Amino acid sequence: MSVRKNPILLETSHLLIPAILLFALYVQFHGDYGPGGGFQAGVIFASGIILYVLLHGTKRAEKVISLNLAKIFAAVGLILYAGVGAFGMLLGGNFLDYNVLAHDPIDGQHWGILLIELGVGITVASVLICIFYAFTKFKK
Amino acid sequence: MLAVTAISIIAMRTILSVIMLGGIYSLLSATFFVSLDAVDVAFTEAAVGAGISTVLFLSALSITGKHHALTRKNHIIPIFVVLVTGAGLIYSTSDMPAFGDPKAAIHTHVAPRYIEQSGQEIGIPNIVTSVLASYRGFDTLGEVTVVFTALIAVLLLLGLSRGSRQDKS
Repeated sequence: MSVRKNPILLETSHLLIPAILLFALYVQFHGDYGPGGGFQAGVIFASGIILYVLLHGTKRAEKVISLNLAKIFAAVGLILYAGVGAFGMLLGGNFLDYNVLAHDPIDGQHWGILLIELGVGITVASVLICIFYAFTKFKK
Repeated sequence: MLAVTAISIIAMRTILSVIMLGGIYSLLSATFFVSLDAVDVAFTEAAVGAGISTVLFLSALSITGKHHALTRKNHIIPIFVVLVTGAGLIYSTSDMPAFGDPKAAIHTHVAPRYIEQSGQEIGIPNIVTSVLASYRGFDTLGEVTVVFTALIAVLLLLGLSRGSRQDKS
């Protein structure tokens, strides 16, 4: 409880959390060009939220992202991934064949990778947030 | 450094210090991966191994309580298992190609195609991303499914599914 009233920790976290979330988005969308991708971005995003939960408790954090919303997003990411694969099938290719997603195969690959990495990121971030919520709520 | 950390993990008596040393071990392995030029793996190891899993272990510890007495009765069976497995692993390394051998099986199968043609086929500078997301898209879909299944298992075990059941009815 005393941690939550510590002004130094609160102010530092208020400086850090936006930077962590922004860095997660950078890792997410820069994964094509540098190290990183959906898995790492999801973990970094979740750690930003977890830092918020640690300092402000689950009640305030659930106003930002509730457990049910995180559960839904966990499924949304997986559906987005599988959906991209199935959409490729609808366009006449194989499952998870991105070449058919755009007129140019390279463009199609870019779109496919961007979307499935987004799916991976959404699922990983929301799964980790959910698991952390589950642990913290179980205590009460 | 890794060996020192691993040995001190064995010597530790409380779970809390084992968890903290486990995080340190992950961070050290991340630097090890960087020195092998595997930045993507190092990134994941630092974020997942040193970051999230330490936090999750600590929160699991806060549920179960710190004062679990570490029972150390059956010394012989674990040591036997560890020694046999270690001996088997060391024996099998004698069949492995030398480190960095260009003729090793892993470097002659699909790796040349990934390195030489992923630029034209995928058009993405980071070969790791193109292998992970495009050439090995099925594997990654499986991994995401595993992560999702883990969430379902945790929610079932900790019994937090009541809220969503009310929403559905």
